[in-house]
Amino acid sequence: MADRKALQAEMISGHSGASPGLGMQRDLEVCKLVDTTTCIGCKACEVACAEWNDMPFTPTTFDNTYQTMPETRWNFWNLIKFNEHQNPDGTIQWLMRKDQCMHCADPGCLAACPADGAIVKYANGIVDFNQENCIGCEFCVSGCPFEIPRFNPMTKKVYKCTLCSDRVGEGLEPACIKACPTGCLKFGSKDDMKYIAEERAKQLRDNFGWQNAGVYDPQSVGGTHVIYVLHDATDPERYSLPKNPTIPWSYTVWKWLFKPVLGTFALFGFLGVIAHYITSGPRVAQPEPPEKEGPDAGINV
Amino acid sequence: MPASTSSSVERFDDKARNAFEHAGKTTVYRGELLRHPVYTRVLHWAVALFFFLALFTGFGIYLPWLFRWFTPFFGGGPLSRVMHPYFGVGFVFCFGLQALNWLKPMIWTAADSRWMRNIKGVVSGEEKMDPPDTGFFNAGQKVQFWEIVGGCVVYLITGVVLWAGARTFGRIPVAVSYVLHDISALIMLGGIFIHIYLSTIGEPGTFQSMIRGAVSEAWAWTFHPAWYKQVTGRDPQQDCEEARRKMNSSTKPPKQS
Ligand code: HEM
Ligand code: SF4
Ligand code: SF4
Repeated sequence: MADRKALQAEMISGHSGASPGLGMQRDLEVCKLVDTTTCIGCKACEVACAEWNDMPFTPTTFDNTYQTMPETRWNFWNLIKFNEHQNPDGTIQWLMRKDQCMHCADPGCLAACPADGAIVKYANGIVDFNQENCIGCEFCVSGCPFEIPRFNPMTKKVYKCTLCSDRVGEGLEPACIKACPTGCLKFGSKDDMKYIAEERAKQLRDNFGWQNAGVYDPQSVGGTHVIYVLHDATDPERYSLPKNPTIPWSYTVWKWLFKPVLGTFALFGFLGVIAHYITSGPRVAQPEPPEKEGPDAGINV
Repeated sequence: MPASTSSSVERFDDKARNAFEHAGKTTVYRGELLRHPVYTRVLHWAVALFFFLALFTGFGIYLPWLFRWFTPFFGGGPLSRVMHPYFGVGFVFCFGLQALNWLKPMIWTAADSRWMRNIKGVVSGEEKMDPPDTGFFNAGQKVQFWEIVGGCVVYLITGVVLWAGARTFGRIPVAVSYVLHDISALIMLGGIFIHIYLSTIGEPGTFQSMIRGAVSEAWAWTFHPAWYKQVTGRDPQQDCEEARRKMNSSTKPPKQS
């Protein structure tokens, strides 16, 4: 399954073309499956993530919930969100969802990023930030539909979940998967995870009375490499997931139309004045000295 | 514009002009005219300095692929990104003062519309002199001025949105601002190429107006005849012909013996 070869660049921000050897294997795509119906909110994955990525824990804010902190941070990429949802009949659902980068097939962060090589999407589906090339413009923050990239004011760069690309590249599962005690987190090929997720949703519908149970794998961003089983897939917002995540159209228009067209236009301004100088020449204060006449005046074209 | 603002702007400008005239001076030799006082010159070069600082830090954000090599001058990509908005604010602030300073001579007139219709003759160089009703600034300069005024407004609004970021203003405003900000920059950049060309090698004798503050009378009657008439009270066409006669008599080929 996932091995070193899986870390082949498929898309690179600000860069055209893919890497040589792309598409030589099949079923490369990896996927993390989060079954919200079996998450018990133990936060083992949070600890495993901070531990593996060597992030020291820093003071946080208590907001009257079980949540470790209100939202993910540049040094805290994996957060269990504790959503309290009130049903129409007055009953309460305590919904726990693991929040992290979704590793979109069509990543908005990458579409927005102007820096060459700051964001790389590997052929196995992992979207990774390469801080070496990041200029900290935070355009990725506006490109991401899931509010994932986080700015570190000390380094002036942006960080997020790597799907443990370092572990996956060595054939290991992500650290969070390894830590999960209930089997709520699974990791494998996208096809397999999709199959398991659908089976589980069917089980929830058929045997547990969750008629709207389903899988969250939003096609508006081409699907994601982190997918969820939800009790109610018709209303992902109650799990603080966008119903229809999209990438702002302006990024597409800009990158593929205005940027090259207007850039060329500005360049022509530069070439234009040079062309004017060498063909038409300067306009000088009048009167000029009279023009030369006679046989040695040169050829006047 | 209400009369009260225009006069308070004038009072402010007069004060600033006086203060700067004490700090520096403008020497106008015989045969020259005062074009830009110290205040205008200081502002112009402050604007130009901030513009280029903002431009070069901006390039590092716009297309790092092409411009990464010079981001080290600003301490690298992330630091360019941090400094860019400060340079931008400096630019907009200085140009704001310059805009107040130049508000009056930049007002569009009927003569400017005529100049614009005639632009082909001027650009091709067929018309050696600008039309006789060309005042202190010609229509081309006014277009550039108002383009920069508009550009500054766009920079300021979109720049603040980009500075505060998606977490304050939301994703779509940032994504749209990014595009508008860059379009504005590219238009202004194209204009600046033309501006630098015309004020240096394109129309020789112009550059000194922003350096020493004075221009030759010949420059004035050639490029801004109506202004020449206004400040000297003489007719630009006649003075030019006069000078031509003098020049022709003095440049007659020496008699061959
Ligand atoms: C090396 C760069 C530059 C040079 C050599 C230069 C030179 C000049 C000169 C000589 C003038 C006076 C023209 C006259 O008296 O008729 C002028 C005017 C002006 N400059 Fe610049 N300038 C430069 C950069 C800039 C920049 C970056 C800006 C703003 C973004 C700017 C904005 C203006 C404006 C608005 C005027 C008045 C209108 C006009 O003459 O077009 N300049 N400049
Ligand atoms: S969730 Fe956001 S940061 Fe992660 S790949 Fe998608 S767009 Fe990029
Ligand atoms: S801040 Fe985000 S968009 Fe900007 S260079 Fe870094 S990764 Fe790319």
